[in-house]
Amino acid sequence: MDAEPRADVLPLGTGRAFADGAGPAAPAAPTFASILFLDPARSPPPADPRVLTDLNLDQVISALSKGREEYDLVPLLSVPLPDLDSIAYRQAVFRDLESEPIRAAVESFASGMASMRHALGLVQKLRNEFQRARWHLEAVQEYGRAVPQLVQALGAAAPRSDGLRSLLLYLRAYVDSGPFRSLVTDAGRLRSELDGITYCVLVEGRRVTVSRYSGEADYGSEIEATFRRFPQGTTPNRQFRRTAWDDMDPVEEEIQEQVARVFSPTFASLRTFPARHPDFADPAVVRFDREVEFYLAYLEMVRRLRAGGLEFSYPEVSDRSKQLDVRQAFDLALAEKLRNQRARVVVNDVMLDGPERIAVVSGPNNGGKTTFARMFGQLLYLARLGGPVPGSSARLFLTDRIFTHFERVERTTEMRGKLMDELVRVREILRDATDRSAIVLNETFASATVHDALFLGRRVLEEVRSRDALCVYVTFLDELSTLGPETVSVVSQVAPDDPEVRTFRVVRQPADGRAYATTLARKYGLTYDRVRSRVGP
Amino acid sequence: MIPRLLWPEQDFDPSAPLPGRWEELSQDLSLATLFGAMAGDDEYLRSVVPKVVLQSVTDPAVVRYRQEVLTDCFQHPEVAEELYRLAVRAHLAEREAWGFGDTPDSVLYRSVRLLKLLLPLMRQLRAIADTHRSTFRSAGFRRLFDSIVAELDAPFFAEVEGHIGRLESPKSLLVSVRLGPGNKAVEPVLRTARQTRRSWTERIFPRRSPYSFELPERDESGLRALRDFENRGIASAARAVERSVGHVQRFFSLLRSEVGFYLAALRLRSTLSAAGLAVCLPTPLPTAQGALSADGLYEVCLALASHRAVVPNDLRADGVRLVLITGANEGGKSTFLRALGLSLLMLQAGLFVPARQMTASLGLGFYTHFKREEDAAMEGGKLDEELKRMSQIADRIRPGCFLLCNESFASTNEREGSEIAEETVRAFVDAGVRVVFVTHLYDLAERLVGRAAPSTLFLRAERTEDGRRTFRILEGAPLVTSFGEDLYHRVFEERTSPPEGSPTTS
Repeated sequence: MDAEPRADVLPLGTGRAFADGAGPAAPAAPTFASILFLDPARSPPPADPRVLTDLNLDQVISALSKGREEYDLVPLLSVPLPDLDSIAYRQAVFRDLESEPIRAAVESFASGMASMRHALGLVQKLRNEFQRARWHLEAVQEYGRAVPQLVQALGAAAPRSDGLRSLLLYLRAYVDSGPFRSLVTDAGRLRSELDGITYCVLVEGRRVTVSRYSGEADYGSEIEATFRRFPQGTTPNRQFRRTAWDDMDPVEEEIQEQVARVFSPTFASLRTFPARHPDFADPAVVRFDREVEFYLAYLEMVRRLRAGGLEFSYPEVSDRSKQLDVRQAFDLALAEKLRNQRARVVVNDVMLDGPERIAVVSGPNNGGKTTFARMFGQLLYLARLGGPVPGSSARLFLTDRIFTHFERVERTTEMRGKLMDELVRVREILRDATDRSAIVLNETFASATVHDALFLGRRVLEEVRSRDALCVYVTFLDELSTLGPETVSVVSQVAPDDPEVRTFRVVRQPADGRAYATTLARKYGLTYDRVRSRVGP
Repeated sequence: MIPRLLWPEQDFDPSAPLPGRWEELSQDLSLATLFGAMAGDDEYLRSVVPKVVLQSVTDPAVVRYRQEVLTDCFQHPEVAEELYRLAVRAHLAEREAWGFGDTPDSVLYRSVRLLKLLLPLMRQLRAIADTHRSTFRSAGFRRLFDSIVAELDAPFFAEVEGHIGRLESPKSLLVSVRLGPGNKAVEPVLRTARQTRRSWTERIFPRRSPYSFELPERDESGLRALRDFENRGIASAARAVERSVGHVQRFFSLLRSEVGFYLAALRLRSTLSAAGLAVCLPTPLPTAQGALSADGLYEVCLALASHRAVVPNDLRADGVRLVLITGANEGGKSTFLRALGLSLLMLQAGLFVPARQMTASLGLGFYTHFKREEDAAMEGGKLDEELKRMSQIADRIRPGCFLLCNESFASTNEREGSEIAEETVRAFVDAGVRVVFVTHLYDLAERLVGRAAPSTLFLRAERTEDGRRTFRILEGAPLVTSFGEDLYHRVFEERTSPPEGSPTTS
């Protein structure tokens, strides 16, 4: 592996300015740049969108960013990492975030920051001076709670990744700094004064009088006391639906004016609060908030699929060995889709051993061949995102690029035109592919005659072989699976006792007649022992 | 103050979950017929009766508690009906006071109006309790009447009238408020102003607070905003009145469903009496005792549907854990199975039962596994479907429950069906489930005879020498054939006509 810079000797951050006009306290103050990129200055090129679409990774990406639009995750998810060190940096952060206390710490920080942004949005939107100041105060308080809580919870959880450790180092110094501490103190004092206010409004016709509350009795409780002798009704304590406008109507504003006069010192302090703390949020904190969402989104998906019984593991990624070995892998997009339908995706192993470079997938239709091909491409891509990949264990190769060609049914050009298009695309792929590339060809030349398809397939696979690239080739032509030691045959399976039943298993050998059928009764747990233990006692 | 005529220690809960697989139980035992006969054309009772019946009582003391209340109702039907009518009027009052709007002022207006309609009903309730307190014997009614007399007293009625007067014509509003997000007013609470003594100068020249303002007369938008504020101010009181009225309504609603159930029982009884059918109050015993015996047991739904007497049967199954019923097709096996299931359910609802005498330990739950006709929405084969249902039962059924099987596992060949049936039946029985199994799987019967324990009872549908069915179910070991040949001849050669009282289905 190259000796890339490690997180503890990260290059200095992105020229951030300190809030409240203070610089770092000492020259040795820790810095922090990015939780996603080891070298934020060098940004890797994004993946080919066609490839993401072919592999259904676009669906995965949109599932991951759904509900998190404000973080703009799509660009982050579309950039695969170029080197092993960067992958290791992320894998370590991922592993940290799989620990419950660390994830809880970061998630609660993220929700605090979201509340802060919401409050700041209202400061922009509202007119009334007191209201704007109040929302500014709210924003400061959310921020002032979120950051120290992160430091506290993260510190207690002791992260091991370089990324989170250097973040922690940086944040510790930040929350200890004078400006941050006075920000929090000032906000807290003002807030508790405001919370202590209860006032009374007396309405007599058109006249409205404001006063301090002084213990007048709750009339509703008096009514309820009369009826306590009846059984407790099921009438819920009604929440009156009000269009909760954020701004105030003229009467509310006028009442607030009177309240501001009754409680004048507190409201005077509120009025000047925004000017006392204009741009309070630290840019490194803000960047971390966005970037860590990448991890949270990814791990949330991992968690919900694990809950359905699927496994994920951190791949051992190599930039030398092209031997692939992934156990119980699955198509991530399909797994998500089936999860929504309460079904579980079938898992399959991927293995390329010794000289094997090309998996030739054949077998019955709708048996999982295309899914297998997608899964192959996804695994290589996901390894480069740095997260755990589908499978109980995974050894993968660091590709430089992934190329795909999937037959597109929607293109209804004439056959000759279609074959032409396919050849153009394949030629393009073969032109750019290196010995570090992966090529996924799905039902390519399927519309050609058998003679042509066989001929073209042989030629293409010969080209792939000569480049020593990794490849999956989905075809209906068995002959292509035995071209040489580089090819391995993979076949989609049917149930041994019922050829109508697809198992969606795709294995290296033809069906071995493994017993499939157990008795129906056994399937339903209706044996003596099972029934007894189910019924109890 | 609470009705509690169904459960001594709890209210009837119409939203309580029904037991697992109740839809199948209802379908297999034709419960709709029973419920229909009980509820008559009272739509409300049509929804209440099934819930009460299906929420089976498992405590003999509660069964006896209901039997007493039922006896009171039987002796004073006019009082029960008067209470029911009062409860119905309380329900109709809600409709009368109904109005649009869910703003605090409309809720307050509506609730006060409803309160004014309920006030005379509460007075009448008090009058009924005063009049009939001494003539009712059951613990349930005595407690109800006593609490009405104690709680609905003169001071209570005075307080209610006071609230109505104050809420109908308020002079001013005093509202306490706190500062919420964005300084908006939150937690508004309507307050009772302090009674302050004022000097005579203050009375002539009231001191005006410096922290006040007055809206100009023509300021329409300002006045609208003020009304809006007031509306929020009265919310706490509106909520309180609405909830309070809800308490009163809940009382009447419980009264309606609980008394209604007993009225439904009376209706069923008079229908059966009119048809000359006997009923009796059964004896409930604890589950552990394993008692089960009856004389003159008949299938009540069949009787209701055919409006005539159906063949009664006796049963002696004390201590029996498995009842296996074999014998002629169309010989009354299924009818007997249903008769037993229906009677147990009725017993455990606190009702009388269709029999001359019945004593039974209470089942902790009832499950049925009946042969299904072709099912359009079926996934997979028939056996698959049967096994799936049985498996779902195994997920829920517990020791002390009853499992009623009718021709289970007949959808495969006899050998396979018997094998599966024997294993599951044996497991259920050993686990403490009481199983009643109707079958013509001879292989199954033979297996069970072979390992017959004293806790197994074999019953057989009777067939006379000339092949006629009597629809009587007698004790007897399984016979070799199930008389399918007979049936074939009967159907294809019309040698005999169906005898009197023949069940319509097998």
